[in-house]
Amino acid sequence: MMPNEAPHSTRRSISFAIVGSGGAGALTAGAILMEAAGKAGWYGIMNRSVGAQIRGGEAAALVRLSTRPVDCMTGSFDILIAIDWHNANRFAAEMPLAPDGLVIGDPANGDVPETIAGPGVSQAYIPFKELAGSLAGGRENMIAVGLFVGLMGLPIETVTSVIADKLSEKGEQAIETGCRCVQIGVQQAAQLGSSFTLETPATSQTGRWLITGNEAVGLGAVRGGIRFAAAYPITPATEVLEWLAPALTKVGGTLVQAEDELASISMAIGASFGGRPSITATSGPGLALMVESLGLAAASEIPIVVVNVMRGGPSTGIPTKSEQSDLNIAVYGCHGDAPRIVVAPLSVADCLFAAQWAVHLAEAMQVPTIVLSDQSLGQAQVVVDPPTQLAFIARRAVVETVEDEGYQRYALTGSSVSPMALPGTTGGQYTADGLSHTVKGIPSSNNLDHQSQLDKRHNKIAGFDYGNHWASIEDNGVAGADADFTILTWGSLTGAAREAMATLADEGIGVTLVAMRLIAPLLKDKLVAALEGAQRILILEQTHSGQFRQYLRANCDLPGEVQHFHRAGPQLIGPAEICTRIRNWRAS
Amino acid sequence: MNLAQSDTFKAADYRSGVSPIWCPGCGDFHVLLSFTKALAELGTAPENVAVISGIGCSSRIPAYTNCYGFHGVHGRALPLGAGLKVARPDLTVFVMSGDGDGFSIGGNHFLHACRRNVDLTYVVMDNQVYGMTKGQPSPTTEPDWDSALSPGGTGLRPFHPLVIALASGANFVAREFSGDIKSTTRTIVEAVRHPGFSFVEILSPCVTFRPDEKAWKNQVHVAAVQATDDPARAARRIMTDDGFNTGVLYRGARKPYDQHVKDSFADPAILEPEFAI
Repeated sequence: MMPNEAPHSTRRSISFAIVGSGGAGALTAGAILMEAAGKAGWYGIMNRSVGAQIRGGEAAALVRLSTRPVDCMTGSFDILIAIDWHNANRFAAEMPLAPDGLVIGDPANGDVPETIAGPGVSQAYIPFKELAGSLAGGRENMIAVGLFVGLMGLPIETVTSVIADKLSEKGEQAIETGCRCVQIGVQQAAQLGSSFTLETPATSQTGRWLITGNEAVGLGAVRGGIRFAAAYPITPATEVLEWLAPALTKVGGTLVQAEDELASISMAIGASFGGRPSITATSGPGLALMVESLGLAAASEIPIVVVNVMRGGPSTGIPTKSEQSDLNIAVYGCHGDAPRIVVAPLSVADCLFAAQWAVHLAEAMQVPTIVLSDQSLGQAQVVVDPPTQLAFIARRAVVETVEDEGYQRYALTGSSVSPMALPGTTGGQYTADGLSHTVKGIPSSNNLDHQSQLDKRHNKIAGFDYGNHWASIEDNGVAGADADFTILTWGSLTGAAREAMATLADEGIGVTLVAMRLIAPLLKDKLVAALEGAQRILILEQTHSGQFRQYLRANCDLPGEVQHFHRAGPQLIGPAEICTRIRNWRAS
Repeated sequence: MNLAQSDTFKAADYRSGVSPIWCPGCGDFHVLLSFTKALAELGTAPENVAVISGIGCSSRIPAYTNCYGFHGVHGRALPLGAGLKVARPDLTVFVMSGDGDGFSIGGNHFLHACRRNVDLTYVVMDNQVYGMTKGQPSPTTEPDWDSALSPGGTGLRPFHPLVIALASGANFVAREFSGDIKSTTRTIVEAVRHPGFSFVEILSPCVTFRPDEKAWKNQVHVAAVQATDDPARAARRIMTDDGFNTGVLYRGARKPYDQHVKDSFADPAILEPEFAI
């Protein structure tokens, strides 16, 4: 069956997927389309989905392009192109097609599998292999690029310039063949006709950024003042460290590869003791190894930033998929009372803000700070407007000179933050210690010393001014009697919540969003004030046990009726499900 | 080697007023004395020295010095020290530890610290017992040493720190006895001056849980060999000695770790063009 209707009106947003076995070039095709769309003035987001095989497994690029900034996928796809169907069944649940969607396969690979082709979905067949084979060095993924370009109406000259750039190392011939394949794809698309034309962007401006969440965390950290990193590889956090390695060298810092996470956090603490703002990045299993030293950083008041890019847990879990289930370990993980800061980015672009803010908070309060990102943010790539410069720069209170013998490293001050003597400062010598200690840092098991130092570590965090960055509070512009829903969420689900709110606004359903960026400490008074008058609160989180709800309820009472929408990864809670949930609640 | 005291500092200048918790007769008192004498000989101002430790009797040493100190968690002293030295190459960094902290819970870090060859000095006070927890066998304890935790002995072959250090790439390997203050002082000075990762094992008796170790003073003897720069030869010597040979046994010429944080920084804006499309 071929879709042969005349082109419909244009679309503001199109989601598409391209799949193939490893090596088929699905990810390259996605990257070319993202960059070209970004250059031509659209915004976009791309997730890569790969199987557990290191090579030769399945790979899919999941892309959404829009005339407006986008923070999440929509949950269903308008177009799916399969270079082959090997292992495509494994992806079926991740890429449900929209009811009016289109799926394109190669007739040489047989029919579209039942698991992919839903009712109402159009099917088309293009002989990728045969068409690519007609050119020496022709590639099927480039034919697919051409199909997308033709179907969505992307400017072909932008696409060819991106291809020329990406294939520059492979030589003139490869570039020419690639561009020819794209042209063939465009011609094929013209024969199909299209109801998937993208609305033209308002401005075809240049200067936008193409960045992943893990890169944005790294850049935010360096902007904030990080000059030392210690690294142990772990999926899905490795890219933070791989980005930091050359970046730190360029600015005069350095990254050390450690033997394990016990060492990486210890190296960061050692470097920070020396006065250099320091970071490490990991995922759940690594954070579990680090918790003892998180306590050391808390007790010895050495600032460090630990980025935790969450994946499915417990244990090895699902390393390549997202979940929010490290909330508890981030907030509570340690023996004893060990206060720390936990910051969660609300979008891919917000990874930069969250990381830079985290450096600022860690240094200002001399406290371990965790950035709680996740796979869906860290490994997603977005086209965004260039981020603005932020005022968060590491400023640690240090003593410049010590005049007498009385220096107290852990002096009880008004802010509970004590100026730190850095090694090299004459007269400031002290021993940082995980043992309970006096104001001078001398080991002590005295009751008053223990109480007063615990109070100090609590108070410096409780009394800090976090400004209005603790949460993003938004409404969807619908006022009046119908504006009675509040979505209360954190971290990466903010994007899906925003998307749902926009859809519900079109239906006249008012929704307020409270998306928490500062997870610990929980600013109870600010949260209660933000929720004042809320009648129906929907708590959203990507955990099996409902860790976020438990954390909120342990700390404060929530007004009105409360419903709780939560489930484990890897199937992310999407905007359509949130809309359904709220519509049903409204109707009940 | 010239062992004249520097004009600037005396050993006492490196001591804090904090009284050690060690038992009377503990070998670690002597290590503290040799250490402060070595610092005086080196002439490095106390504020430019950092002493990093883990957990255990010997790891209490930082607070007894007038240097910058870090008494961290059990087993992680080496990465703490490596992070500090990489971030602050201007400092003289010591990591000071015991046989339980350094070879058992921190054993993996020992291997990789030797490989990494960061320019610091690792002093392990080896008393072949866990003293802080009152007498359990450590990785260097004899297999038949009886204790409440391992009645009749562990039956396990003792760990051989010097050979492991050599095999893992340490750049300087020495064994000393805490009671020989002159030799220990001289070796610590040389270890600091030698580039890269320098490992000094100091036999330091635990008179409380290993009273038999009081006999060490009669058993130790200066190794009847010159230090070699051939690790295979050094390994053969150490593998075949009686465990009481003291002195510098190996001096390597491997290039130390050379990636450090600089003193001045470029504007992070130089990193941003890669994201612009």
